[in-house]
Amino acid sequence: MKCTFIIYRFDPAVDKESRYQEYSVDAEPTDKILDCLNKIRWEQDPTLAYRFSCAHGICGSDALVINSRVELACQKLVRDFKTGNNFVIEPLPFFKVIKDLIVDLEPFFEKHRSVQPFLINDQKPPDKERFQESKTQESFEPALRCILCASCTSSCPITRTNPDYAGPAALLRAFRYIFDSRDSATDERLEKINDDDGIWGCKSLWWCTDVCPKGIPITKCLGQIKRVIKKKEKAAG
Amino acid sequence: MEHQFDAVIIGAGLAGLRAAIEIGADAGVAVISKVFATRSHSGAAQGGIGAALANEEDDNWEWHMFDTVKGSDYLGDQDAIETMAKDAPRTIYELEHLGVPFNRTGEGKIAQRAFGGHTSNFGKAAVKRACFAADRTGRVILDTLWEQSLQRDIKFFDEFHVLSLIMDNGRCCGVIAYELATGDLHTFRSKAVLLATGGAGKIYKTTSNAFASTGDGMALAYRAGAPMEDMEFVQFHPTGIYKLGILISEAARGEGGILRNSEGERFMERYAPVIKDLAPRDMVSRCILEEIRAGKGIGGKDYVHLDMTHLGEDVINTKLAEITGFARTYAGVDATKEPIPVQPTCHYMMGGIAADVDGRVILDSNGTPFEGLYAAGECACVSVHGANRLGCNSLLDTLVFGRRSGQEILSFVQTAEMPEASPGVARKAAARISDLMRGEGQESIGSIMGQMQEIMMEKVSVFRTAAGLTEALGKIRELQDRYRNISLRDKGSCFNRDLLDALELGHMLDLAEVIAMGALYREESRGAHFREDFPARNDDKFLRHTMIRHTDDAPQIFEKNVTITRFQPQERKY
Repeated sequence: MKCTFIIYRFDPAVDKESRYQEYSVDAEPTDKILDCLNKIRWEQDPTLAYRFSCAHGICGSDALVINSRVELACQKLVRDFKTGNNFVIEPLPFFKVIKDLIVDLEPFFEKHRSVQPFLINDQKPPDKERFQESKTQESFEPALRCILCASCTSSCPITRTNPDYAGPAALLRAFRYIFDSRDSATDERLEKINDDDGIWGCKSLWWCTDVCPKGIPITKCLGQIKRVIKKKEKAAG
Repeated sequence: MEHQFDAVIIGAGLAGLRAAIEIGADAGVAVISKVFATRSHSGAAQGGIGAALANEEDDNWEWHMFDTVKGSDYLGDQDAIETMAKDAPRTIYELEHLGVPFNRTGEGKIAQRAFGGHTSNFGKAAVKRACFAADRTGRVILDTLWEQSLQRDIKFFDEFHVLSLIMDNGRCCGVIAYELATGDLHTFRSKAVLLATGGAGKIYKTTSNAFASTGDGMALAYRAGAPMEDMEFVQFHPTGIYKLGILISEAARGEGGILRNSEGERFMERYAPVIKDLAPRDMVSRCILEEIRAGKGIGGKDYVHLDMTHLGEDVINTKLAEITGFARTYAGVDATKEPIPVQPTCHYMMGGIAADVDGRVILDSNGTPFEGLYAAGECACVSVHGANRLGCNSLLDTLVFGRRSGQEILSFVQTAEMPEASPGVARKAAARISDLMRGEGQESIGSIMGQMQEIMMEKVSVFRTAAGLTEALGKIRELQDRYRNISLRDKGSCFNRDLLDALELGHMLDLAEVIAMGALYREESRGAHFREDFPARNDDKFLRHTMIRHTDDAPQIFEKNVTITRFQPQERKY
């Protein structure tokens, strides 16, 4: 089956501006979009640059804009689209393009690091495991599905207007530790994100939840953080 | 560009990160990875990590050791296996303390589930030994270790591809790496180099492995004179999604999933009456192919069914959510209502760079250390997996031996001198890149890669014969010759994937030759290596490790003794 791929191209060594290039690919309905990109690279144009690794939606390398929506190229098949076998492939929005479909994710990881993404607990651990109720573990479980693909943060309209906003992925990681009973820095964590560059930057627009390739209810998780802060403020009078 | 660190680690998966955390506590360490750390293939590990915590059922490390020895078909070194099984509970508690979000029991302890080949009381019944975080165990451990490493003085060089080890008088003194984003060459001088680059599943056509699993560390060590150990033992995981090879975790069977043939029969009952579908992977993969050969593949095709429909939506949605998603996305199957079509898929290299329990790469059968060079995780062969690895032992291997390598390196770098710079090595690496770029050969990388993957899948996978292996070896050597005439079509210096493909292919062709040579040499059947022309295990002749060393002529084969301590070889029945 013939498919047309119109792909965003930009090579800093030769291009002054980005351009689009059209390729024709013979694909099966069950081929992943990543398979099609590989075919283009192997059979037609080895200069096409994009990231990929596991090819089944767990490493988080290949989030791209496919027909105007952020998707993982390895998690969407040709048959999943109702666009008459025509595909427009572009790099993730918001981030700077390095080459073709590869963007500089350093600002994304910088935001991630800003929320202290590690367990903080100064007490000496027991000889065996710390106990934790299943219920507690389940409360932050959705955040564990995150693969740091940056789909949410790059799609968020707030991120695009306020570059200092931590963004959904980083706040989701904060959520993961705030709701983990083993972490003892809850107050500090809440304080750190208690402003418009943090949790209140989120206007519950649901774009993040909509694009998340792992189906994480991000907006809901962020809403839970807001409720905890409000409850604390109310209790403090 | 020049850099200098006490230690350099190649690979940012679990073994590399665990070692980095150990070394970073007290010495300068760099982690070089061709993919960003959290993209490493450790993150794809699904089902669990084995440790005799006895949280759910009676268990102890000796039973874990026995299962691992028996699972290895007695080829694993028992001193190393003892080290690993004993250290397993400590490893799990350490992960828990670092924040790994394991699933919990009703009492709040770490939950455990059954996995293939893990038994109580020396094989009497299946036991719940796998600690897990749903079916994304590797992913959450990788995230946790990476986040831990951010707090320490560890310098990451992401998207750097290592071209060669810097050698001086038999000592490893650092590496030369190529920066993917710029095309710049970097010289890393260091007292110690740890290879932690994972597996090489991409040598085969159907694999659960990532595109990045191309055996780079193994090939770098091999070319630098380190012997490869037991490379003929390649694990085919029984349940890859039909045609795609994407892994459906053994946890599916650990939670009660059943394999069925075209008659709906639970065929594993015939082959392994005691633990049935939870038999080890080498056996289950062979049984699936036997069923298919007997005409009992589904619809006459080369796959069987993995049936999870009786497990209930709760178990499937909470403990097996990822794989259910994979079945839905890639096979269009709702696993709560229909069985998943599965077939064996290349999954894991039991063999690798010969190394000891402290990660030291060894040069010969006496264990003479390769100064300055270490290896841990899948790229190393310690050997704890012998001829067949049990599920849940690979994550354990990466963490136990990653940590031990880190400790050993930390103590080594505290007294070792920093080696002198040797500019010649960088010049040689630069010349190699420009040769590749300028090459005007007619051969295409894609065509050579495809043919290697085909022949390895056809002749060097689950069932092997002398004729098939000889043919494969001839073909691989022909492809190696043709490889010398490849040309790159991308001449750029920013994310030149064509160049990376070429370098990776060179690595894989080296390793494919070693795998085929080892398989031809070993005229017996043991674990994952099944010779149809020698269907029995032959302890007299082959209860030995196969070692293959690179020389300027043909690769040279020699042997190393297997360490047997507690458990004498017995017939392997389940």
